[in-house]
Amino acid sequence: MFIQQIDAKVTGVSYELLGKGRELAEKLNSDVTAVLLGHNVGGLCDKLASFGADKVVLVDDAALETYTTEPYTHAVHSVIEKYKPEIFLFGATAIGRDLAPRVSARVHTGLTADCTKLEIDEESKLLRMTRPAFGGNIMATILCPDFRPQMATVRPGVMKKILPIEGAKAVVDEFNPGFELNNKYVEVVEIIKKVSNKVDIMDAKILVSGGRGVGSPENFKLLKDLADAIGGEVASSRASVDAGWTEKDIQVGQTGKTVRPSVYFACGISGAIQHLAGMEESDLIIAINKDESAPIFDVADVGIVGDLNKILPILTEKIKTEFAANK
Amino acid sequence: MKIIVCIKQVPDTNEVKLDPVTGTLIREGVPSIMNPDDKAGLEAALRIKDQTGAEVTVISMGPPQADAVLREGLAMGADKAILLTDRAFGGADTWATSSTLAAAIRNVEYDLIFTGRQAIDGDTAQVGPQIAEHLGIPNVSYAEEVKMEGTAVIVKRQFEDRYHVIKVQTPCLITALSELNNPRYMTPGGIFDAYREKEITVWGLSDITIDMGDIGLKGSPTRVAKSFPKSLKPSGTKVKLDPEESAQYIVDKLKEKFVF
Amino acid sequence: MDFMLSKEHEMVRHLFRDFAVKEVKPLAQEVDETERFPVETVKKMNKLGFMGIPVPKEYGGQGCDTLSYVMCVEELSKVCGTTGVIVSAHTSLCCEPIRKYGTEDQKQKYLVPLAKGEKLGAFGLTEPGAGTDASGQQTKAVLDGDHYVLNGTKIFITNGGQADIYIVFAMTDKAQGNRGISAFIVEKDYPGFSIGTKEKKMGIRGSATTELIFQDCIVPKENLLGKEGKGFGIAMGTLDGGRIGIAAQALGLAEGALETTIAYVKERKQFGRSISKFQNTQFELADMYTKVQAAQALVYKAALAKDTQSSFSLEAAVAKLYASEVAMEITTKAVQLHGGYGYIRDYDVERMMRDAKITEIYEGTSEVQKMVISANIL
Repeated sequence: MFIQQIDAKVTGVSYELLGKGRELAEKLNSDVTAVLLGHNVGGLCDKLASFGADKVVLVDDAALETYTTEPYTHAVHSVIEKYKPEIFLFGATAIGRDLAPRVSARVHTGLTADCTKLEIDEESKLLRMTRPAFGGNIMATILCPDFRPQMATVRPGVMKKILPIEGAKAVVDEFNPGFELNNKYVEVVEIIKKVSNKVDIMDAKILVSGGRGVGSPENFKLLKDLADAIGGEVASSRASVDAGWTEKDIQVGQTGKTVRPSVYFACGISGAIQHLAGMEESDLIIAINKDESAPIFDVADVGIVGDLNKILPILTEKIKTEFAANK
Repeated sequence: MKIIVCIKQVPDTNEVKLDPVTGTLIREGVPSIMNPDDKAGLEAALRIKDQTGAEVTVISMGPPQADAVLREGLAMGADKAILLTDRAFGGADTWATSSTLAAAIRNVEYDLIFTGRQAIDGDTAQVGPQIAEHLGIPNVSYAEEVKMEGTAVIVKRQFEDRYHVIKVQTPCLITALSELNNPRYMTPGGIFDAYREKEITVWGLSDITIDMGDIGLKGSPTRVAKSFPKSLKPSGTKVKLDPEESAQYIVDKLKEKFVF
Repeated sequence: MDFMLSKEHEMVRHLFRDFAVKEVKPLAQEVDETERFPVETVKKMNKLGFMGIPVPKEYGGQGCDTLSYVMCVEELSKVCGTTGVIVSAHTSLCCEPIRKYGTEDQKQKYLVPLAKGEKLGAFGLTEPGAGTDASGQQTKAVLDGDHYVLNGTKIFITNGGQADIYIVFAMTDKAQGNRGISAFIVEKDYPGFSIGTKEKKMGIRGSATTELIFQDCIVPKENLLGKEGKGFGIAMGTLDGGRIGIAAQALGLAEGALETTIAYVKERKQFGRSISKFQNTQFELADMYTKVQAAQALVYKAALAKDTQSSFSLEAAVAKLYASEVAMEITTKAVQLHGGYGYIRDYDVERMMRDAKITEIYEGTSEVQKMVISANIL
């Protein structure tokens, strides 16, 4: 599998691929090879071993210092030509989703994007690749029977990594296919790191929204802390806007914005019909409210009857811990 | 300068509803739209046209009804339109789709190709880079800003935590993010012209040069084994726990959603 | 006879709907609440050619037809009655009379910028003493060398104060009655022309409705529209077209209220179930839908008549009468089906009901339409 590293740091999904790779390799009586590309990145090999790599193919070259499509495609293509793997996995990241299709076209094999489930078919030993389609409305299981390798990109956060094995060592195979400039090379003029700035609540993937039950403008700090910890934005019901606790531009509902995030926390929001109209299409609705009979619970996937002022700080800490563990 | 924009007609997945009983997709009555990322690609091309007078050709592979999305492209300001349609192209996965589109594009002069990053019905993000590979030209994916600099294109390429400003020489292919721009509206007169004044070139299998093994179902390395509805979400569950347990309960649910 | 829309009409409708939902709907509530003319929306519409849809391309227009224009007003009015009437008054009451009665010079000078959206148009006929009875014009125009001098006051003028170009009616020969009325093209900056009181209205509150005041207003002689004494005919001919625009506005309001209500009744639960499950709701909606369909058929028929017949005043009056009364009825029922929520301003149907009322009044009350219809059939 392709190990993504940026600035000599392995991207989390790569460890998840290794974890999944172990499981698949056991079913096939095969082993797990990590393909590590970069410049001066040999030091990462042991870490890959600790997360489940039996072998590391290391392509270390100045041409691979910063990700660009062509030299990476050339390297992965050459590795595939040389090692002829049955299965080749990539993380479905902004790199993986550029590199994998380019490689699949060059190798002439199939590629399944953004898989959420990978398993080996007991009979045919083929890789069964399952992915969401139609905006997540349906799932499809894809096979690649006649071409090799069977290639997939895997959605980050889905597969489980293994607990690191202390002191594990992998067989490191250094390989350099040679890099020659051609018309497909591009020039990276500048690298700009993103600074997170305020996101429109309509674009946010996660919203932590508060209503009258939050109790005071100061208590919105608890929501902000949670939002920061989980990488979301704070939103609000009309009640909080009318009370002057929050700004109109983060109001959800009939007279505010209609949102459809992956996760919507409704904290101290009773769930007036005007509010529900603006958020009920959210994928996962988590409601926290003291009032057991609040209508918000009718649309919530996760309903917690309780005091948000007590629950939120604990939740924020737990989420920080989870993220730290995944780093 | 000549620009090609690949556009796809897709069902508006925001409008897709699931049958509450069977959990299957209700396809009837779902409007067809121009794929949003592709529309951003077209807008990027039209902005270059506004500045330099480039000629913009929209191309779509699909059933005859995909005519509508090409007319929309013309009504936005594209100069020419090509519809690639043939029963033999049906059932194609991304590999066969990209090889067919690449074969058609070889018939046309171009300096720059735009595709959308991905289509909302498939979300694969594969066809753009694969077309570039088939054509042997460089590609830059995930473009958030595009500007011309002589014969080169300067692209602000998005990653999760950063951007690369990339200089790429034409001919090249760029995949556009919908964040790239706000696509212009059509104009009423543009729509009337698109239907009454302009022609769409229709190409079938005999109009392109390609191996039969590289198109349609036969040219597709992947096979759909089965498709099934996402399990319906239960709602209206509520629990009463102490704060610590409540927080843990939420964390567990978030884990199921792969938030971490 | 063909009830199928052409593909280009399907697509222009899609365009207008897309624009209305994205650009107009988000402002509708605020524009109503603050009685603010939505300048930013008009600017966007200017750029997209919405201000010259039926005007031929050689005069800066889009070269489409009346049906396309009707669909524009309809889709805008579905989400905002104010925006619908801005386009309607500009197109039907200012662009159209210049296109139909103007000289080539007048078309080049005025129609081109109007159709391109560089200038906004309005129409000044109504006076305090001359509403339904347009012949009671008190505004006078006297020829003085190379110009006319206008004196008088117009009221209830849509786009008043916002418009750059006004079609104004005045008596050039009082003794001749209707045959003494003439039409003029008046620019907003002409000396002696000013804007009076802005009305506070029940509905379409973002639309600017003002007095026009003429005090020795100097209008160049070449700005006479049509011939002297032909103003009454121009006014009536223009209003025939205007009525189709208002019928489209009414239709849009009815459709908007119906769509909003259908969505609401599916969401709203009472007695443990969605109120859409109650037969009263179902039957009410079935009636509403049927009437909206009938109104649409009449409005589209009038639009086609305008492009294909020499006279279409009967079709226009029928469409205006029916669509406006349907708009009032449907919006009222929509409020009723919303219950208490329908009466508060968070919900669009409250505004739609207020907006609908004017469609039974302006550009000829329902009673005037009945006069026109009966005169045509008796």
